[in-house]
Formats: sequence, C-alpha cells, structure tokens
Amino acid sequence: MRFSSLLELGKLCEDESMSIGQLMITEQARESEQSSEAVFEQMAGYYGVMKEAVQKGLMDKPNSRSGLTGGDAGRVKAYADHKVPSLGIVAARALSYALAVSEVNASMGRIIATPTAGSCGIIPGVFVSMQERFGWEDELLVHGLFAAGAIGYVIANNSFISGAEGGCQAEVGSAIGMAAGALTEMRGGTPEQAIHAVGLALKNCLGLICDPVAGLVEIPCIVRNGFGAVTALAAADMALAGVTSVIPSDEVIGVMLEVGSNMPERHRETAKGGLAQTPTGRKIMKELDRKGPST
Amino acid sequence: MRFKDVFSIIGPSMIGPSSSHTAGAVRIGRVARQALGGIPTEANIRLYGSFAETYRGHGTDVALVGGMLDFATDDEAIPDAFHHAEQAGLNIQLYTEKKPVPHPNTVDLLLRSQADAISIQGCSIGGGNIEILKVNRFPVKFTAMQPTLLIFHTDRPGMVAEMSGVLRRAGVNIGLMQVVRESRHGKALTVIECDQPPGGTVLSKIGRMESVSKVRVIDLIGEGGRA
Repeated sequence: MRFSSLLELGKLCEDESMSIGQLMITEQARESEQSSEAVFEQMAGYYGVMKEAVQKGLMDKPNSRSGLTGGDAGRVKAYADHKVPSLGIVAARALSYALAVSEVNASMGRIIATPTAGSCGIIPGVFVSMQERFGWEDELLVHGLFAAGAIGYVIANNSFISGAEGGCQAEVGSAIGMAAGALTEMRGGTPEQAIHAVGLALKNCLGLICDPVAGLVEIPCIVRNGFGAVTALAAADMALAGVTSVIPSDEVIGVMLEVGSNMPERHRETAKGGLAQTPTGRKIMKELDRKGPST
Repeated sequence: MRFKDVFSIIGPSMIGPSSSHTAGAVRIGRVARQALGGIPTEANIRLYGSFAETYRGHGTDVALVGGMLDFATDDEAIPDAFHHAEQAGLNIQLYTEKKPVPHPNTVDLLLRSQADAISIQGCSIGGGNIEILKVNRFPVKFTAMQPTLLIFHTDRPGMVAEMSGVLRRAGVNIGLMQVVRESRHGKALTVIECDQPPGGTVLSKIGRMESVSKVRVIDLIGEGGRA
C-alpha cells in the first residue's frame, strides 16, 4: 500500500482524483497482483454474506450458544416498525440490523469480521439500512467496504483492532470509525470529510474497555454493536455538515494506541475486570462453568 | 506493517463468535495440519492466556480442531468439529497452561500421524490474523497469508542459493525468507513466503535436494478447506 496514515490516504485521493474506495481497489489489486475485478468480486461476496447475516438475525432470532443472549434484534426491529422510536425509523433500523449480525455471530453463524467478529455488526447495520433508505446499488456499497477497509488498514497498522490488545475502543471503536468514514463517502462527501468523520467517531470511543462477561462475545458486545451503528450515522452527519475533527484523525488514532497500551490487562478481554467482574457478571460466569465445556 | 491488505481488515468470512479466538484458531489448526502433511491421529492442544481463560465460550477448541480437519474459517461444520474428529479417528487432548507467552492468544499444538509429528506455536493477533512463532524447536515468524514453504533440512553451504534457484526458475517471487538452524551443520528449517503458489514441480525439486528431509506447503489463501 502506498499510504500508512489517513493524511497520506487523503493526499493520494486528491492527487489522483479518486474516492477512498476506488483508490483502495487499485491498491489492493496491485498488492495482491490480481485484477481490480477479482478484488471487487471478493468484496461483493463479503457484502452478500453481510446481508444474509442481517436477514438471518432478524428471521431466525438465533440464541447464542451459551443461551445468554438472542432476540434483541427482533425486539428492536418490531419496536422500530410498529412504535415511535426516539431515534427515528432510520437509525432504529440500523441499530436492529447491527444487533442482528452480532447475534448471528454469537450463535456461531457466518459473518464477516469487520474488522473483528466482536465488531461485525456495525458496518452491516449502517450499510444495509442506508442501502434500503437511499435505494443504492450494491456496487456503491462494495466501494464503501473498500473505503472502510482503507480506514481500518491505517488504524490497524498504527494502533490496534483487537480487544485483547487495545480494549473495546480498538474493536467497536475502529468499526465505528470505518463505518462513519465510508458512509460519509457513500453520501457524496469528499475524502477529507470522510477522514474527519473517522476522527470524530473515534474520539467518542477512546478509553472504552473490553470487559466481556464470562469472556464471551455477547455482553456487552452485542449492544455495543447496536450503539456503534448509531454513532457512525451521527459522525457521518457531522462530517457531511462540515464539522471537522480539530485534533487530526491520525493523531486521534495515536491516542487510541496510547490509551490502549496503558489499559490494564483486566480491561483487555480477559474477563478479569469491568462488567465481567460485577456480582452478576461473576454469577453468570460461575453458572456457565458449572454447565461445562461448549463441546 | 502488521496488516498487509484490505481483506485482513474486511474479512475473513467466518463462523463466530470471535475473529481472534475462533477464526484465528481455525487458521492456526490448519497451518499445523498442513505442516504435518496430512490428517493427524493425535492432537495435543495447550492453550495460554486469553485462549486458556475463554476458550469454551468462543469455541476456540472446536475451531482449532476444525482447522486440523482442514475446515475453512466459514465452514458451518465448525461447531460440530469434535464429532467430525471422532469420525476421522482424531484423538484430542486439551490442556490450559499459565506460563508467560508472547501474546495473549497463544496455543501450542503437537500433532501426530502414523508417519510424522509436528509442533507449532501460533498466536492470534486480531481480526483472524495469525502469526506462527515456532515450528518444532525453531523460532520463526510468518503469517500464512501467503503460500508458505517449510523446508526441513540440514545446514550446509549453498542451500539457500539452491532453494531460491528452484523458485527463480519457476518464476516464483520470494516475499520473506527465514533460515533457522539448531547448530552449525545441524538440523535447519527454511521458511519461504511466496508471492505465487509453488507448483508440484518446485516441491519435488526441493524435496529431492541433498540434505532436505521434507517439504511442506502452508496455503490458506483460497480458504477452500476440506479438499
């Protein structure tokens, strides 16, 4: 790849008059010595899996293997369709779709890691709901996934994308930044606006710890995916309105690295702190241990 | 750059619930199986750190075993991998350990078949991406995201030139190369990441070279699985 920071990414897009998504397709084709068409096809296949996961989560209402979670996506969808959500129907749908994919994930169903499985609901939640709303062709969404991937590539190489390394800010936070930037671009924003959306979104996630109850990708991961989709919509709206990230987005990514590196081990996916060690969290863990191995 | 391309960020397509504890584990299991060169009859799994703490809920155990059966990361049979292993005659022992390790998600695998045995230390570094840090007693570092040759040989002058010569003549570009040896003239391992899949001719030519005892190919690229 010819870029390692968002600043460089934005400059390349400007110099070559390309969107972030287009630029990433050509970069990926070069890196993998494949045609742009082949690279595009693979991503299009991934988008198909995302849409299936949204449908599966809403229709099948899968329960997790532990039995702790499941059905919340359906609850929110029914509420969005038949009641008056404070968020409005659009954001409420994004929320329910994100929950749906995360519930499929917890049931050991098929998803696309974006960037990880723990954060796999956010991008599909945003993308599928916005496709429905604006009647976009798949092609635009696949371009959007490349834009999201370019942003994630910079975050991953300058900070981290796993909860074990950098806390939930690294997983859910990265996904929100990726979704926000990609949505800004899909809505017609410039690369510069898209990059501001990343910084705006990440600032709202700094310090978020990874404290899964019993170590499972369920509590609080699933609801955080729902919140994440809504946050991404908000960040994209701010960027499209002309709000900028006064602290440049690359510097915000640097802060994520600083905060994550200083996060104690108990708040990095070990289930030794945070929500996992509340009285209820401990009780749930004990009950699951009593039930024995998942196999 | 720890992450090299867009599909290490968007992707893999996988069975949940955790890219590092499930998809990464499938890939480490598959690397071990391919390094063994066939289906194992016996697998000894030692989990460390977060792998040891949380493997049950993440299905790390079924994922590792699914990988040993050559399942791809999105094979819907992964949740039933233990059942498939039993049918395939694969005997599994699993331990959790406490000693310090290079990464929170680390596993040691020892696989045996009738013909061979191999041990692998793998770490799952996030998003389904992995690093292999040990093959038998040799310290190495590769990601298995390129077709990778493991060449087991003894240390002697000229080996590197001969191996790379075979690849050059086949038009295969080397992305990364590591040569590790136990001692001068002792056992050695060469790891070569290739930009193109090395064909059968390359393998048999390297396999026939003086002082090469075996060659294995690690290839997770197509994620085709269960060939």
